[in-house]
Amino acid sequence: MKKTYKIDVDCANCANKMEQAAKNTTGVKDAVVNFMTLKMNVEFEEGHDAKAVMKEVLKNCKKVEDDCEIFI
Amino acid sequence: MNKKQKKMLVRILAAAALLIGFNFLPFTGYLRFLFYLIPYLIIGYDILIKAFKGIKNRQPFDESLLMAIATIGAVAIALYGDGDYTEAIAVMLFYQIGEWFQSYAVGKSRRNISDLMDIRPDYANIERDGKLEQVDPDEVEIGSVIVVQPGEKVPIDGIVTEGCSTLNTSALTGESLPRDAAEGDEIISGCINMTGVLKIKTTKEFGESTVSKILDLVENASSRKSKSEEFITKFARIYTPAVVYSAIALAFLPPLVRMLALGISADWGTWIYRALTFLVISCPCALVISIPLSFFAGIGGASNAGVLVKGSNYLETLSRTKCVVFDKTGTLTRGVFEVNEVHHNEMDREQLLEYAALAESASSHPISRSLQRAYGKEIDRSRVKDIREISGNGVTATVDGIEVAAGNSKLMDRLGVKWIDCHQAGTIIHMAVDGRYAGHIVISDIEKPHAKEAIRALHAAGVEKTVMLTGDSRKVAEHVAADLGIDEVHAELLPADKVSKVEELLAEKPAKGKLAFVGDGINDAPVLSRADIGIAMGAMGSDAAIEAADIVLMDDDPLKIAKAIRISRKCLRIVYENIWFAIGIKLICLVLGAVGIANMWLAIFADVGVMIIAVLNAIRALFVKRL
Repeated sequence: MKKTYKIDVDCANCANKMEQAAKNTTGVKDAVVNFMTLKMNVEFEEGHDAKAVMKEVLKNCKKVEDDCEIFI
Repeated sequence: MNKKQKKMLVRILAAAALLIGFNFLPFTGYLRFLFYLIPYLIIGYDILIKAFKGIKNRQPFDESLLMAIATIGAVAIALYGDGDYTEAIAVMLFYQIGEWFQSYAVGKSRRNISDLMDIRPDYANIERDGKLEQVDPDEVEIGSVIVVQPGEKVPIDGIVTEGCSTLNTSALTGESLPRDAAEGDEIISGCINMTGVLKIKTTKEFGESTVSKILDLVENASSRKSKSEEFITKFARIYTPAVVYSAIALAFLPPLVRMLALGISADWGTWIYRALTFLVISCPCALVISIPLSFFAGIGGASNAGVLVKGSNYLETLSRTKCVVFDKTGTLTRGVFEVNEVHHNEMDREQLLEYAALAESASSHPISRSLQRAYGKEIDRSRVKDIREISGNGVTATVDGIEVAAGNSKLMDRLGVKWIDCHQAGTIIHMAVDGRYAGHIVISDIEKPHAKEAIRALHAAGVEKTVMLTGDSRKVAEHVAADLGIDEVHAELLPADKVSKVEELLAEKPAKGKLAFVGDGINDAPVLSRADIGIAMGAMGSDAAIEAADIVLMDDDPLKIAKAIRISRKCLRIVYENIWFAIGIKLICLVLGAVGIANMWLAIFADVGVMIIAVLNAIRALFVKRL
């Protein structure tokens, strides 16, 4: 399953870090952060609840880049 | 400017004012330090916090850390040295100015591009009990009738059931010429209704309508990253730690060598200063921001010109296109049959056409329709009697009491009429009137108005080979190819043959040059996905073709292919300019800094100056009007 979320982040490098953090979250098959459109496309693994996974993703993103937001 | 940017601007101005004001302070020593700490903290507190958090979360290597170490170090040197804090604060100040500028520029181009694609309709009008009601377009069911008033966007694809108007399609196609719409016309969403009220019976749901599909494409476009972008991401990941370690080495190794091996004074201050300069220069922001921004601007510029590019990687591939393969019908030709020529003997041209149109009046075959269109007048069916269709041959009928036969050579043979072959390519309709041969009418698919120009423009844009593939007969194909100036033709191909032909061409071409395929039909979808780059006709093309393609031409104009190639070239040129420029200047400054020629001010230029120049250069990719 794929979903797109709006995000808010200030710099391109931070967006890359968020992408890495999201990819390393359990339940996420693949994630792409697009800094220019401020969107995050997340592909979830089978059998994971998108909402719960996204909470983890947000937590992990906050860890690498304090100044970011994902509008879940 | 948003709130964050305004706050930053205030901080920048305040810090700058304090910095200038404090120059006139008479204090020395720790008091001076305390005073200068004020502007330093005003401008840099968030960077310090970020750097600290980075270390805490074990993600230390980023710009904030570089800046924090560099400025704290510079402050320390000033504290124990000459008491000149200006440099340290200036580094932070200019770094923040750079960040502010970058966020402003990115926000601005983000808005510019979303304005360009401002085609999302907010509501649909539905008539209920004689009153117009605005509803969410998502809620409109297929087959409902919606009303579009002048000045409104058409929200959903459909067919006009009432009214006539002119439509502005420029947001969709980049074409400034308005298009007419009248009863019975199919209409695509995203156009702006300009003059009259239209009632439209919807044929699709909102989510399946043209406008939704296009927005979806554009919004997901730059998610597919190009090789250059991936390179920069990887580069930044290795580069920042490498620079930090080099800086540490630069700060400690030379003094230790001096002290232990050479026995002279260590000169710690100088080497630490050089290491700090090194850190400031090395900040990778110029690259990290300007490369994706260039692609984003390039894709935005292209969509403004009516060319939808589905990802930065496709823009990159497109710029290296050396061979363009076309499907004929619908791509280079209109896919509409028209009477091209009337070769008549004794009888008048008009009269021959009249007989043909009347004899074929009962048929709705595209060829009969083209005859009726060419005749141009109202057809009086009462003049025609005894219409007989002879399948695969043609028609015989009695018009005004005279026997007329219209059809191919087989029909003429069958009727025992001697016919003359035509030298022209196309479908030939032979005519026999009253048992005697009266001439023939040539019907062919006509070339698009810009087709010839498009091929010429492609060659001018550096495309080495143009190829046409078609299922049509060899005679017709060769005629069209010669007329348009296409280098290579393969005719009488079945859809499966097209794939194998393209595979052959892919194997033939040099490895570096890319192959683009341009098509429009459902049967083109496999070829579109097989080619390096698939280009589909958007307005007339099938959904399957648009889905399979990497680039969509919104107004079906083949001339746009050359334009798209030129846009991609410009964008890629800017990307490479930025990569070379930023890395080049940084390397030069790093070397100068290591040997002690560069001071902190040059380092600031190498960081902020390079970034601003690279961002301004990246925005250039948005301007594609005169390409």
